[in-house]
Amino acid sequence: MEKVIMGNHAVSYGAKLARAQVIAAYPITPQTQIVEMLSEFWAEGLLDAKFIKVESEHSAMAACIGASSAGARAFTATSSQGLALMHEMLHWAAGARLPIVMANVNRAMGPGWSIWTEQTDSLAQRDTGWLQFYCESNQEVLDSVIQAFKIAEQVLLPTMLVLDAFVLSHTQEPVDIPDQELVDRYLPPYDARYKLDPGDPHAFGAMVAPPHYMELRYKIQKAMEEAVEVARQADGEFREIFGRSYGLVEKYRLEDAEVVLVASATITSTARVVVDELREEGYKVGLLKVRMFRPFPTKDVREALAGARKVAVIDRNISFGHGGIFAEEIKSALYNGSHRPPIFGFIIGLGGRDVTPASIRGIAEYTFEHDTPEMEIIWREVKNS
Amino acid sequence: MSYAIPDEELLLSGHLACPGCGGSLSMRLALKALGEKTILVIPACCWSIIAGAFPYSSVKVPLMHTAFETGGSAAAGIKAALEVQGDTETTVLTWAGDGGTFDIGLQALSGAVERNEDFIYACYDNEAYMNTGIQRSSATPWGAWTTTTPVRHPKERPKKDIVAIMAAHRIPYTATATIAYPEDLVRKFQKAKGIRGAKFIHILSPCPPGWKMEPAYSIRISRLAVESKVFPLYEVETGEKWTITVWPKREVPVREYLKLQGRFSHLTEEDIEFIQENVDRQWERLGARAGQ
Repeated sequence: MEKVIMGNHAVSYGAKLARAQVIAAYPITPQTQIVEMLSEFWAEGLLDAKFIKVESEHSAMAACIGASSAGARAFTATSSQGLALMHEMLHWAAGARLPIVMANVNRAMGPGWSIWTEQTDSLAQRDTGWLQFYCESNQEVLDSVIQAFKIAEQVLLPTMLVLDAFVLSHTQEPVDIPDQELVDRYLPPYDARYKLDPGDPHAFGAMVAPPHYMELRYKIQKAMEEAVEVARQADGEFREIFGRSYGLVEKYRLEDAEVVLVASATITSTARVVVDELREEGYKVGLLKVRMFRPFPTKDVREALAGARKVAVIDRNISFGHGGIFAEEIKSALYNGSHRPPIFGFIIGLGGRDVTPASIRGIAEYTFEHDTPEMEIIWREVKNS
Repeated sequence: MSYAIPDEELLLSGHLACPGCGGSLSMRLALKALGEKTILVIPACCWSIIAGAFPYSSVKVPLMHTAFETGGSAAAGIKAALEVQGDTETTVLTWAGDGGTFDIGLQALSGAVERNEDFIYACYDNEAYMNTGIQRSSATPWGAWTTTTPVRHPKERPKKDIVAIMAAHRIPYTATATIAYPEDLVRKFQKAKGIRGAKFIHILSPCPPGWKMEPAYSIRISRLAVESKVFPLYEVETGEKWTITVWPKREVPVREYLKLQGRFSHLTEEDIEFIQENVDRQWERLGARAGQ
């Protein structure tokens, strides 16, 4: 069934189709519609779930952890301040090896208060052990919710899918809403290997002394490494059943590209248009979309950039004291590889400042015009910089 | 009338509690009261350690350890998961210290009970952050020594009235209990189990290292707390009906309770009188609410 829906509602449909069983969430702009629509589904008897209208995001994640530990499929959604408030429990969810799925609407961190899009909130959580997928379209958002459960439940790590505030969350796009029957075929009910069960009592999360703790962390990393192929397969199976797939990264016109733009989320859509325009003008430019950010798809990235003479990474985020986070990770991924082109790290669009085709063209042109980046961070469109 | 306390032990020996720990005896009694169809939720507190380190557990029920401030929220999630999977019988019991209840966990507790989540929240209150080495909490009584309320600057704020806070949420059932009255404690847990909705039980839990008392006096001190009316035993139903469940059999001045605990040894006569006045006033107020 095709509907024109906003990104937030695409999340709701995804969670409904994935048969989320416990939803614990706290409202925050611009996520509110996600849970509102899920509440409507539930009220209409279309969703058999328990809703916990928690009193904060920290409690939302704690409730999801409780629910998942007791064997239910748990889901939540949040953004910026709320995600930050959950931080302690994000670590907990991963350490507890729970396949919780969360939609995060990328929103700039305050102060100053900002409701507009920026990626720093979710990227700042990259060390917590959560898988992360950055979505470019509402279709991808819906599909990624479903894929997220499948992947999470296999590797036993929590997974977040990320969508841009307003640019996706509140923008209406045509979305194919798959049949429940197909989703059920793709994603069977959650069957927890270990859970809180009076019939089989265990203690979860007790103190772990130095002789044992490191092995548990090692296992989490191993699960992350496995997750690369699990995610690839999940995406492949998705294509078989639904006719759509996204990859862990997507290569766009890279074949003979000298300059490769690297982008994520909605900037990718705009970049595609600019790449086509530039190609018309004879520029040998291509685009690499990074969709899966954790685990970082090092092999795919190295392979995609193998022929690039220069790489221009577009970051709508910043790690203060260092630079754009995708740029940092790309540099890191290439360092031990055999090909190390100059990497230009651009920062643009913070706090929801619009990123236009002209902005991206400017980035591409700068990269063509310079042999090497002249500075570690190339700020774009900052007044008085 | 004597009250049967179930025989089955769900707390195993080998747990890590200090000798004389009120928290271990109250857990033993609570688990007896509730039986094996119980899921325990333990936020950071002494019981995070008492339960035993990986790969051991000292309780024969499923146990989820959770972060400090999540006693209320984690339990809500577990309960929701049980219900959505068709289990309306298993009791979810949060077992938290005073830190995780009165202070850092107050928000999640308030949220959970305001929503009337169907679970029992038990606070075993040893009146300070004992697991981290005896720092003050808002449950620390006026005048008590702790490491952050040293003798020159003892606790100058009164103990937070957590039962009144819970009663103000108009939850189905709130009660106080302590280890010297095991039948009363067991009865209250069993009563709570039979009620749907949020139940809160506040347990006074003597702590030999933190109260600087003889481990062997744990039960005696718990009894003195009740008899001196420092810690009355009562219940509140739906925030409106207050009932005293144990009437002190003799008049005991608070001094008798205080003098056995080193944490009060610096108190002056004036301090003790001040405490006595407050205890008396609190008892009168309770009496008035209980319609007595």
